[in-house]
Amino acid sequence: MMDLVTILLPILDSTMRLATPLLFACLAGLFSERAGVFDIGLEGKMLAAAFFSAAIAYTSGNVWLGMLAGIAASIALSLIHGLASITFRGNQLISGVAINFLAAGMTVLVAQDWFKQGGRTPSLQGDARFGPIEFPGAAALADVPVVGPIYSELISGHSFLVYIALLAVPATWWILYRTRYGLRLRAVGENPAAVDTAGVSVIGLRYSAVLICGLLCGLAGAYLATGLQAGFVKDMSAGRGFIALAALIFAKWRPWHALGACLLFGFLQALSLRPDAVKILTRVDIPVQLLDALPYILTVVILAGFVGKAIGPRAGGEAYVKER
Amino acid sequence: MTAPAIELKGISKAFGPVQANKDISISVQPGTIHGIIGENGAGKSTLMSILYGFYKADAGEIYIKGEKTQIPDSLHAIKAGIGMVFQHFKLVENFTVLENIILGAEEGAMLNSSLGKARKQLKHLAEEYGLNVDPDALIENLSVGHQQRVEILKALYRQADILILDEPTGVLTPAEADQLFRILDRLRDEGKTIILITHKLREIMDITNTVSVMRRGEMTATVKTAETSPEELAELMVGRKVLLRVDKKPAEPTSTVLDVQSLRVIDDKGVERVKGIDLTVRAGEIVGIAGVAGNGQSELLEVLGGFADGTGTITVNGKQIPLTGHGADGQARRAAGIAHVPEDRQREGLIMEYSAWENTVFGYHHAPEYQSGMLMDNSGIQTEAQAKMDRFDVRPPDPRLAAKNFSGGNQQKIVLAREIERNPDLLLIGQPTRGVDIGAIEFIHQQIVNLRDQGKAILLVSVELDEIMSLSDRIAVMFDGHIMGERDPAQTDEKELGLMMAGITDTKGTEAQTNG
Amino acid sequence: MDKMPHWADIVLIPIISLILAAFFSALVILAIGESPVAAFTLMVEGALMRSAGWGYTLYYATNFMFTGLAVSVAFHARMFNIGGEGQAMIGGLGVALVCLYIPWPHWSLAILGASAGAAIFGAAWALIPAYLQAKRGSHIVITTIMFNFIAAALLNYVLVNLLRPVGAMDPASAKFPSGTHLPTFRDMFSTADNILFRGSPANVTFFLAIAACVLVWFLIWRTRLGYELRAFGHSESGAKYAGISPVRITVIAMLISGALAGMMAVNTTMGESERLILNATEGAGFIGIAVALMGRSHPFGVFLAAILFGFLYQGGAELALWTSIPRELIVVIQALVILFTGALDNMVRMPLEKMFLALRRRKA
Repeated sequence: MMDLVTILLPILDSTMRLATPLLFACLAGLFSERAGVFDIGLEGKMLAAAFFSAAIAYTSGNVWLGMLAGIAASIALSLIHGLASITFRGNQLISGVAINFLAAGMTVLVAQDWFKQGGRTPSLQGDARFGPIEFPGAAALADVPVVGPIYSELISGHSFLVYIALLAVPATWWILYRTRYGLRLRAVGENPAAVDTAGVSVIGLRYSAVLICGLLCGLAGAYLATGLQAGFVKDMSAGRGFIALAALIFAKWRPWHALGACLLFGFLQALSLRPDAVKILTRVDIPVQLLDALPYILTVVILAGFVGKAIGPRAGGEAYVKER
Repeated sequence: MTAPAIELKGISKAFGPVQANKDISISVQPGTIHGIIGENGAGKSTLMSILYGFYKADAGEIYIKGEKTQIPDSLHAIKAGIGMVFQHFKLVENFTVLENIILGAEEGAMLNSSLGKARKQLKHLAEEYGLNVDPDALIENLSVGHQQRVEILKALYRQADILILDEPTGVLTPAEADQLFRILDRLRDEGKTIILITHKLREIMDITNTVSVMRRGEMTATVKTAETSPEELAELMVGRKVLLRVDKKPAEPTSTVLDVQSLRVIDDKGVERVKGIDLTVRAGEIVGIAGVAGNGQSELLEVLGGFADGTGTITVNGKQIPLTGHGADGQARRAAGIAHVPEDRQREGLIMEYSAWENTVFGYHHAPEYQSGMLMDNSGIQTEAQAKMDRFDVRPPDPRLAAKNFSGGNQQKIVLAREIERNPDLLLIGQPTRGVDIGAIEFIHQQIVNLRDQGKAILLVSVELDEIMSLSDRIAVMFDGHIMGERDPAQTDEKELGLMMAGITDTKGTEAQTNG
Repeated sequence: MDKMPHWADIVLIPIISLILAAFFSALVILAIGESPVAAFTLMVEGALMRSAGWGYTLYYATNFMFTGLAVSVAFHARMFNIGGEGQAMIGGLGVALVCLYIPWPHWSLAILGASAGAAIFGAAWALIPAYLQAKRGSHIVITTIMFNFIAAALLNYVLVNLLRPVGAMDPASAKFPSGTHLPTFRDMFSTADNILFRGSPANVTFFLAIAACVLVWFLIWRTRLGYELRAFGHSESGAKYAGISPVRITVIAMLISGALAGMMAVNTTMGESERLILNATEGAGFIGIAVALMGRSHPFGVFLAAILFGFLYQGGAELALWTSIPRELIVVIQALVILFTGALDNMVRMPLEKMFLALRRRKA
């Protein structure tokens, strides 16, 4: 029993950390896609936010300023996406691809210009990073068998943004299903004509959703560079935006399921970092690469509709054109 | 007399060169039902879209309760007390009835209080007008009739006093339509003003107080319903344009080419569109199908042409053709000797981005004479296309021009040239002259008659009664998925056909038997 | 009538988009304190003024032609294949298997075998997304993205666990036998006293890519299949009327697209590294998107755009070598090209259409 705890606990602990950026990005995608705007640019927004939050946190020595800078960068990219896909009714997927490359290139370019360290920021220390938050009694309880380590390591001791991500789930649920804004948001992704004929602006709603998406991707990136790691390195989002997209489909665009999917995918990421533990737990040699690919494979299976069909918002991906 | 609930003065609207509404004026008294009747494309829907803020009129004024009102968008229409029930409902399918009703008219930022209030209000409305719907049902689980009630409830919840219904019975069963009319009656009694847009004479006669007739973008007449008759309205609606006489000898039909037995077609939405029809077409005759659009004629053509599934038996030249599966596609139909000029040349008959010459083989691009080894014989096709275009007088006679750059009439000539010159046994032809200029109409009609005189079987579907009358050797009238009867064009007139198209058979003077 | 002349659509709009992309790139270069003019001069000198520079430019262009054609073929059938990267990776696996396990007597036969291997593997990797799109309506953009990641994981596994020679540390296959070594431009064009294309990787695959451009042109504009593919892309309802099966066209278009993307690996894996390495594709699958958009999905346009991007890639490498501008500048330019020629197409198009309408009215 204790064995299992000592093996599993660090893995579950890193699951929490690894799931956090996924969760932010997944909820970001949820807002955008629920409003009918496809977003495959989550990756790019996260990356841009990671760089700017690390850069500003480093230069100002204040992680909060860094976070705001990250959010601003991500929102700027969101606005480009909005301009292309809402105002100019362009292809939302192509716009997303462009944003991913824009972020991948610009972050390194600016990083090189500002810090001259080959496209990375210097390591962040002290107040330039989000430190762990110790819950009351964590140290005292640490020695209590089973419950103690779970409380002190798994629940307590994460950074601020991990808890924000967890809180964002009920908040998203509440906004989506309990507020006027949420009702309209869901409606505009399903049938924008219904919203339009009810006298509500489709364009305004969609822009607001895209901005929320930018905000949440900003938090994802900020956590990546100032919480999970201590600084920005080139391409540090490493496909997380796409895993988040996969999680969104896996969750069928629902907030609580998104939490489940992100924890699952975070767990798979945590496992692939600990092949030794996997071997001890399963007694089978599971290739690390299979663990890496599993989120994507699961998503394809879900998309294929063999295990419960994933049907996205019905008006997703299409610009709204008024017609009778 | 009180101020009219709604009054339009000199409304005009053009889309490019097409004048959809020309100087239209109406005045509707409060507490009445005003019908607007006209054929498809007469401009009814455009007019209503202007009223609901979807389009901006080029000229004209709108007065609501005597006050001049601007309606730049739907929000202003709602504020002015106008509620609109569109032909295609604007509902969120996976929302509940209640959610759909409050959407855009919520009270405050939280949903709970809005939902509670709406639930009470809904109960009240249900009692007052007989509009019962389960407030917690999902829209996608409701019948079409109930979905329509939700649309009406949406308008009433927003305190609309003017209700516009666009072709409300198009998607309803007769029983549902009757219920709708009872509701509309109640609404009128409560003082609401209703504008009913329809092309069905029976509905106008049954329920309206006054009726306006639209034709080709113009308001041709406004009369009190009590002072008119279906015959007069049919005449006003179809109009008395100069009959385009086609020179043709009496038909000399020979053997049966097409034999349709108890054909049924169910569309994607599960609605039965063709409800068991029997029909034959013989070599050397033109059989015309008359009817108002949406009564199953299109689906009949689609099944025959191989791009919709159906059940029943169809034989061509005595050989049965499959109605589902791989053997029932367009290629198989062409191989069976069926050529098809589809109703919608822009979405089906042509690839608009393709050049004229590419379009002259569309559907026949597998034919051996268009191949040259592994490749398509493009230069051969171009030469042939040029010849075809000359023979059919397509202007400009440039095969390299994209189809979208030709006028409607010339586009149609390209389709016609392609289908007729394949020398088919059976030609299906839908709306041959829709959107075609007068000059081309005559030419197209002559081509159809020539084909008949070569001993081919022709099935013609048109919503233009003139066209059916002047071309057909036999006329079948379709209404609500049924064939109402067949007539000899020499022994019938537009009045009789118009009534049959409206579901009224003149011989018995009763309504057509329809199943729901 | 058309809103504007055909030439404006295929020439003017790409050029304006390119100018916009260049303008913003220049701003970026200015912002990081370098001179755009100096940077451009350096790029031209490094990529075009020496034969070795051309050797790199054309090597990159070869990759981009294949992936650009792959995206174009799918575009013609109105599908967006983002999976070029994964298809190229798996294509590389096909090349490696053919080169490692078949004893080729001469490169000319080997290149045919390797092309077949690359095409079959690439097509196979596109088959599942294609089938799921055609039969089950699974969005091909999402499935091909997922398949890129699955391909990366699969390739990683195969290289680390299966193809890695005993004792080797890096995840790569063994060197291919010499019978599969392709002649480089240096081998082909140098004379005894004039060595050309020194040290550059351009090889005979370049001509294969040009052949692919020509073949795709024939396929799209001269064959029945191309006729059906374009018809389906323009109008699905029209295709149904003509008896063209949407399922069949979807699958075939994606198979061709995947095969073309896969064939890129002949250039990288067989022509350059002469063994299968982990990151042989280097994002070329994605550049294919920019190339196809820029080239308006026409093989000749793709050819030109591929050379342009080859130039940018080689020029970018030169910049990184001699200035403080990192190679990622190219990624930014690529992003701007995709943005302006793809997503913001209407922003460029709408004012132009208005202008041409006004011009015509004045003339009339």
